[in-house]
Parts: sequence; C-alpha cells; structure tokens
Amino acid sequence: MHPAPSVIVFTTLSGLGFGLLIWLGLGLPAVTGWVAFAFFVIAYGLAVGGLMASTFHLGRPQRAIKAFSQWRSSWLSREGICAVAALLVMGLYAAALVFLDMRIPVLGWLGALLSLGTVFTTSMIYAQLSTVPRWKTPLTPALLVSISLAGGALLAGQASAALILLPVAGVIQVLWWVRGDGAFAASGTDMASATGLGGIGSVRAFEAPHTGTNYLLRELVHQVGRKHALKLRAIALGLGFILPVLMLLVPFTHAMALFAVISHVAGIAASRWLFFAEAEHVVGLYYGKR
Amino acid sequence: MTTLPKQTTRKLGLVIDLDTCVGCHACVVSCKGWNTENYGAPLSDQDPYGADPSGTFLNRVHSYEVQPLATSSMPHPAAQLVHFPKSCLHCEDAPCVTVCPTGASYKRVEDGIVLVNETDCIGCGLCAWACPYGARELDAAEGVMKKCTLCVDRIYNDNLPEVDRVPACVRTCPAGARHFGDFADPDSNVSKLTAERGGMDLMPEQGTRPVNQYLPPRPKDQLDQPKPVGEIDILAPFLAPVMDEPKGFLGWLDKALERI
Repeated sequence: MHPAPSVIVFTTLSGLGFGLLIWLGLGLPAVTGWVAFAFFVIAYGLAVGGLMASTFHLGRPQRAIKAFSQWRSSWLSREGICAVAALLVMGLYAAALVFLDMRIPVLGWLGALLSLGTVFTTSMIYAQLSTVPRWKTPLTPALLVSISLAGGALLAGQASAALILLPVAGVIQVLWWVRGDGAFAASGTDMASATGLGGIGSVRAFEAPHTGTNYLLRELVHQVGRKHALKLRAIALGLGFILPVLMLLVPFTHAMALFAVISHVAGIAASRWLFFAEAEHVVGLYYGKR
Repeated sequence: MTTLPKQTTRKLGLVIDLDTCVGCHACVVSCKGWNTENYGAPLSDQDPYGADPSGTFLNRVHSYEVQPLATSSMPHPAAQLVHFPKSCLHCEDAPCVTVCPTGASYKRVEDGIVLVNETDCIGCGLCAWACPYGARELDAAEGVMKKCTLCVDRIYNDNLPEVDRVPACVRTCPAGARHFGDFADPDSNVSKLTAERGGMDLMPEQGTRPVNQYLPPRPKDQLDQPKPVGEIDILAPFLAPVMDEPKGFLGWLDKALERI
C-alpha cells in the first residue's frame, strides 16, 4: 500500500490526540483552569490536525460531510461520527473545566469512551480488509488502541500507567510484525486462485495490461517503501517504546518528558510508515507483484 | 445505504472465455471509448503523449504464461499463453459497497449491477482498497471512483438497435470471448456456458461471490506427446489421386483424342 504522508500523519497524530483525550476525560490528571486549557489545546491540536490531514487524500474533500451517513455498514463512516461526537462532548467537558473550574464526570467518561471508539473504528477500517492479509487481524485494533492509550498516558504525565502501557504496546507491535510476515502466504490467495489457472500449471505474469503505470499500481502495489524495513522496525521499537520507558525511569524533569514524547511520536511515525509500506494488497498478484 | 441487497431480481454479468480470448485489447479500447463520453465523468488520461502516460480504464487485459508440471510421459510440456480480460465482477458480496462511507457505491436490487453515484463520491479510495480484483480506479482528473457499469446506459437503451444493447466490450469482441446475460436465469446463454464449460470464480477464498464467470482454457494440442512408433505419412491420404482414369466409352474417347 502507498504510504501516503497525509494518512500517516493522520493516524499518528490523531491516535495520540484521542489517547490524551481519553486520559483527560477520566480526570487523569485532574486539571482545571489554565492548566486544563493547555492540555486540551494540545489534545485538540493533535486530534483535529490529524483529521484535517486525512481530508488531504480525498479526491473530493468538499463533500466530506456525506461520509457521516453510512454508519450501518461502513467503518470509515462510524469513525467520522465517533470523532465528531468525541470532540463535541469533550469540548463541553473542557469548557466546564477551563471556565467554570467544574468537572462533570459523566461528560468526561462519555467523551473518553467516544475517543476510545474513534481509535477503535479507525483501526477497524484497516482490520476489515481481506484484501490486505497483514491488516486482517484482531491484533490491528489491539495495536492501534494500545499505542493510543500508551501515547496518551505519556502526554498526560501518567508515568506509572505509561510504564505499563508502553511495554504492552511494544509487545503487541512485535507480535503484529511477526504474524504479518506470514499473513499473505497464510491467506490462501495466490496467483493460482487469482487467475483460476493453477490447475493447468504454475502461473507467471507474462505481459502487463499497460506499458505505463496506473492508479492500482501507485496506490496498492507500492513496493518502494519496503526498503530498509528491518532498520525501520528497530527505529520504531527503539524510539517508540524502549527509549520513552527508559526516560520515564530516570527522575522526572519536564525536559525529559518532552524528549520522551518526541521520541515516542517519531517511533510511532516510523511504525505507521511500515504499517502501510509493508502491507501487500492481493491485487498485486494480477501484476505478478506483491 | 451501502448495505448490500439480500438478493437481486436478476444477476446481470459477463462470461469471459479464456479459451477464445486472443488478447487483442479491442474490449479495452471500446470500453474506454464508450464510457469516456457517456455515464458519469470522462475517463481521463495523464501525460498521454509524454514519457509517463497513465489513465483510467474500466477493463484491462493481462497475459499469463502457464507452465504445466513435467511428467515422465511428458518431460517437456509446452507452456500455455492465456490472455485474461479483467473488469468489475459485480460480486454478490461486494466488499467495495459496504466500506463506502457516503453511500455513493451501491448494488442495484433489480439487476445486481454495482455502480458509483459520482455526485456522492468523496474519492477516499477505500472501495478500491476493499476490491481484490483491482476493478476500481480513482480518476486523477475528476477525483471520483470509476468502475465498470456493465454499460448500464447501453443495455436498457431503446435508442440503440437491439443488437447493440449489450456492454461495449461484448459487442466489440472479434473472438466471441465475452458473453453478457442473466445468471439468475438457469436457461440463459451465460448460465448454460458456465455449466457446460466449468465456469469459475476468481479468488473464491476472498468470499466476494463474483457474478462474472471465467471459462478455463481447453487443453492445447499434443505436439509434445511421445512420437508414435514407425513412420506415418500424415499427408499421404490427402495427396492420393482424387479422380480415377476414365473407363468405357469415355476411356476410348480419351485415348483416341490423345493419339491425334
């Protein structure tokens, strides 16, 4: 799959933003006034910034409002609804905290639930696709939700929670990679089933339908990004999970916390790049490619 | 709603005969020709006369080489070249429809055709991700998803002569490798062809239940079979005299005329 920068930025930042909103909704930390204002500005900046970035990959962004209509069948539609609902509910909750110094727990819990729902529905957009065997697993929602919770805990200054959640997310990340490497072969889709010609003999793509490239090859059979995959995995694991944990273990300073967050975001961005670049779509088989 | 209909009244689709397709790409050209100036947005090309041309097509023809396994009786089996036209299969369980967030993609209850309402499409591309066959292409100029309509603007078009009320690819195929009909009717041409020739689904394990069926290529000639013992002149029967010498009166006349 083509690792479109807009989608990588969206899933990385909005995952982190909604993760922070979950913790703020639970009252961890229990902030009010200007401190709460600062926390919510960061959370909304990440979440809304990510959502805005995601509209850049639309062919017709001016009709994006229509995407809220098909919640009964479409995970993408459900994600849009969850995101807007979470931002509205958390907006009310934040306004009460900032301007009235008043915490309305019900609103906070509801907002946290909707924020969690946003991350989950985002992950299901990928996990539902049989055409990308690497994504088609319950480990995909587990991965994205655990990263969001861990990153949110890190941003919310919940050091003890982050010290548990970061290693958990790191382990799920490794499991997701290991399973993913054998997923395409295990899916049972190959050139024989794609062409139906396997009964005659081994099938080889002899001639492509076109001399140039096309939308399918650009979008779904993007092979360039897989170079350095192993190095990027090491970077993702080191910066995303291991380094932030080490930084949390040394005595707390604000500078160290900032470095931990920056390191985490850089690591997750690398992980998200691989999430797309390493994903192999079955349509590549028709072109004799993976 | 982008939920799929439980069942459709008719199941219109194509039978593609891999045995007779010669790989001429006429269906590709006629498809683009018809669909670029009829239903929906035109099928644009980018840099068509430059160094890196690309464009939107609803139907493309792949070519595959199939190499049978060597056996002791056939140590060097000949590879077979199979031309493979591919367009939307109008699946019964179309994953492209259910993922659509706007309701632009839908499967028609009356005939099972999968269509895109281009005024609702936001060009998110998720339906192209969900399709295992590469049947959907986002038009780079228009920003909306394009796909085979089964020439919905031809097959019901009373302004066309009846012979033309089939998809453009079927109408143009010089080899008769493409057939159009209703799979819900067991007596239709496509149902009979599928039953007689062993029509198959592409990627059945993906669970899409495609309507379009592919007919497998029939076994090719046996030139690579072991040679028969002794020499047989296969041309001799055809070179034997086809007319006997005339007899009787005609024989006498023939000889008499010869002597003069």
